[in-house]
Amino acid sequence: MSAPTVHRTDFAYRLRLNAKAVLGRAYPRVIGANREPSWVFFEAILPLLGIASYVFIYQAFGARALEGVSDPAAQAAIRANTNSLVASVVLGGTMVAFWLNVLWSMASQLYWEKEIGNLQLYMMAPMNRMALLGGMAVGGMFMTSVRAITTLVSGTIVFGIVYAVVNPVTLLAVFFVTLVALYGLGMMFASLYLLWGREAWHLSALMEEPIFFSSGFYFPVGGLYQVGGWGRAIAIAGTFIPASLGLDAMRQLTLGNTAFGGNLWIFSVEIELAILVVMAVVFLVLARYALAYLELLAKREGKLTSRHQ
Amino acid sequence: MNTFWRTFKTAAWLGWEMDSNWTEPWLFALYSIVKPVAGAFILVLMYVVFAIIGGGPDQEAFDYMYIGNAFFIFVASTLFGTFQVIQSDREWYQTIRYVYISPISYYVYILGRSASKIAVSTFAVVITIAFGAMFLGVHLEMTLERIPLFVAGLILGLSVLLAIGICLGGISFLTAKHTHGLAEGIPGLFYVFCGVLFPLSILPDWGQAIGKGIPLTYWFDLTRRLLTPTPTIQTTLNAFSDGFILLLLFLSTLGFFGLSIVIFKSGEYLARKAGKIDMTTSY
Repeated sequence: MSAPTVHRTDFAYRLRLNAKAVLGRAYPRVIGANREPSWVFFEAILPLLGIASYVFIYQAFGARALEGVSDPAAQAAIRANTNSLVASVVLGGTMVAFWLNVLWSMASQLYWEKEIGNLQLYMMAPMNRMALLGGMAVGGMFMTSVRAITTLVSGTIVFGIVYAVVNPVTLLAVFFVTLVALYGLGMMFASLYLLWGREAWHLSALMEEPIFFSSGFYFPVGGLYQVGGWGRAIAIAGTFIPASLGLDAMRQLTLGNTAFGGNLWIFSVEIELAILVVMAVVFLVLARYALAYLELLAKREGKLTSRHQ
Repeated sequence: MNTFWRTFKTAAWLGWEMDSNWTEPWLFALYSIVKPVAGAFILVLMYVVFAIIGGGPDQEAFDYMYIGNAFFIFVASTLFGTFQVIQSDREWYQTIRYVYISPISYYVYILGRSASKIAVSTFAVVITIAFGAMFLGVHLEMTLERIPLFVAGLILGLSVLLAIGICLGGISFLTAKHTHGLAEGIPGLFYVFCGVLFPLSILPDWGQAIGKGIPLTYWFDLTRRLLTPTPTIQTTLNAFSDGFILLLLFLSTLGFFGLSIVIFKSGEYLARKAGKIDMTTSY
C-alpha cells in the first residue's frame, strides 16, 4: 500500500498543478477539435461566405457610385474607399470568429459543462478554477486563431485586398491584447452564465448581431459617431466590448490612419492600446472574483449540479 | 396521417416552449426583435458609411438591400430551426435516443420543432419591414392584387427552406458539433449567391450561374418585385415573368422535398450503421 499523499501547498507545487490544469483543459481544444478534419469546411471556408456577402455589398455600392463618374481622381477615390471598406469587412469577419468563440466556447462553457455533468468533476479537482478557465481560453484562442488566420488569408487573396501595414509590432501587440481582453470578458461571463442558467444561451445569441453592429465588425465604428446622438450612445456602449477598440486600432494599423479621410477613427492607436490593456486586466480580475462568488452561490443554492435550469 | 399531425403539433409545442419559456413573454418579444433589427442596422450603417465617405445616397440600392435582408431572417431561422434539432437533441439535451426510438416520424418531428422558429421569424420580418418603412424611408408598393402572388411565393419559399434544412439535418447526423459553423456558413452561401443584399450582376459569371441554380434567388427576386420594385437595378432575372418564377419555385419545392427525404434517410442509415446516432463531440 502506498504512503498517504501529503497535502502540499507550496508555491512551486501549485504553479505546476495549475500549469498542468491549463494544458489539460487546452488540450482537447488544440488537439481534439483539430482531429475532426471537417472544421476546415465548417469553420474556415463557410464563414468566408458570410464575409463575402458584406464585401459584395460594398462592391455593389462602389459599382453604382462609379456609374456616371468620369473624373479619374474621383474614380480612384471611390475605388480606394471601396478597397478600405472591403478590408474592414475581412478584418471584422476574422474577429467575428473570436467573438463567437468567446460567447459559445468560453462564456457558455461552464454552463455547458454543468449540463453534461463535467462541472462537478472540475469543482472536485484540486486546481484553481482560474486555471480551468485559463485553459479554456488558451485552447480557444489557439483553435480560433487557426480558423481565423485561414479565413483572413483566404479573404485577402480572394478579394485582392491591399493592406498598408507600417507598424507590425504594434499591430501584433494590439491583436494579442485584444484577445486577452476578449477572453477575460469571456471568463467573466462564464461565471455569470452559471448563475443565469438557461437564459445564458439566449444571452449569447442576443450578443451576436447587436454586438456586430455596436462594435463595428463590418464597418468602421467611427461611422456611428456620424449619425447623431443615438449612434454615439451605441458606439460608446460598444466600446465595452474589447473587439470594438481592437478592430478600430487594427484597421488604422493595416489601412493607414488616413483611410476614409481619417474621419472614422475613434482614438489614436496608442490610446486604444492603453484602454485595451486596462480592459484586459480589469476583466481578468473581475473574472476571478465573479467565479469565486458564483461558485459559492451555486453551492449554497444547490444549483451546481442541477441541469436544464 | 393522424400520427404525423399529432407528432407535428406536439413537436411544434415543444419547440415553442424550448424557445420561449426561459423568460417573460415581453422579454421574449423584445429578444425576438432586437437581433433582426440589429442585423438590419449593420446594413444601414454600411450604407451610411459608404455615403459619408463620398459614395453619395442611393435609395434604390438601399431598398433592395433592406428588403432582401428582412426576408433573409426567414432563411437564417428556418434553416437553423431545422438542422440544429438533431445536434441539440444529440449533444446538448442528449435526448435523441428517447425521441428516436419513440413511434413517430423523426422527419415530421423536426418539421414541427422548426415551426416555432418560423412563427417568431414572421414576427421579426414584419417588425423589420415596418421599421424600415417608418424610419428609414424604405419605399413599399404592395397592392391588393399582388397579395395572392406574394403569399404563394412566401409559402413556396418557406417550403424550399424547410426541405434544405432537412437535407442539412440529414448531413448533421454524421458530423461533429458544427451547429454554429453551419448556422453561419449555409445562410452565408445563400447570402452571397441568391442576390439577397446585392444584385447577381455583381457576381462573376460562375457565381451568377450558382445563384440561378438556387430557388431562393427567385423567391427573393419575386418578393422584391412585389414589395419594392427597383427598376434601375440589373438583377439578371428581369426577363422572367412573375408566373414563371412561381412555377420554378413550385418545381424546386417538389425537387428539394424529394431530395430531403433521400438525404435524411441516407444520413440516418449511415449514422445508425456507424453508431453515431447519439454520439457527443464535446470539446
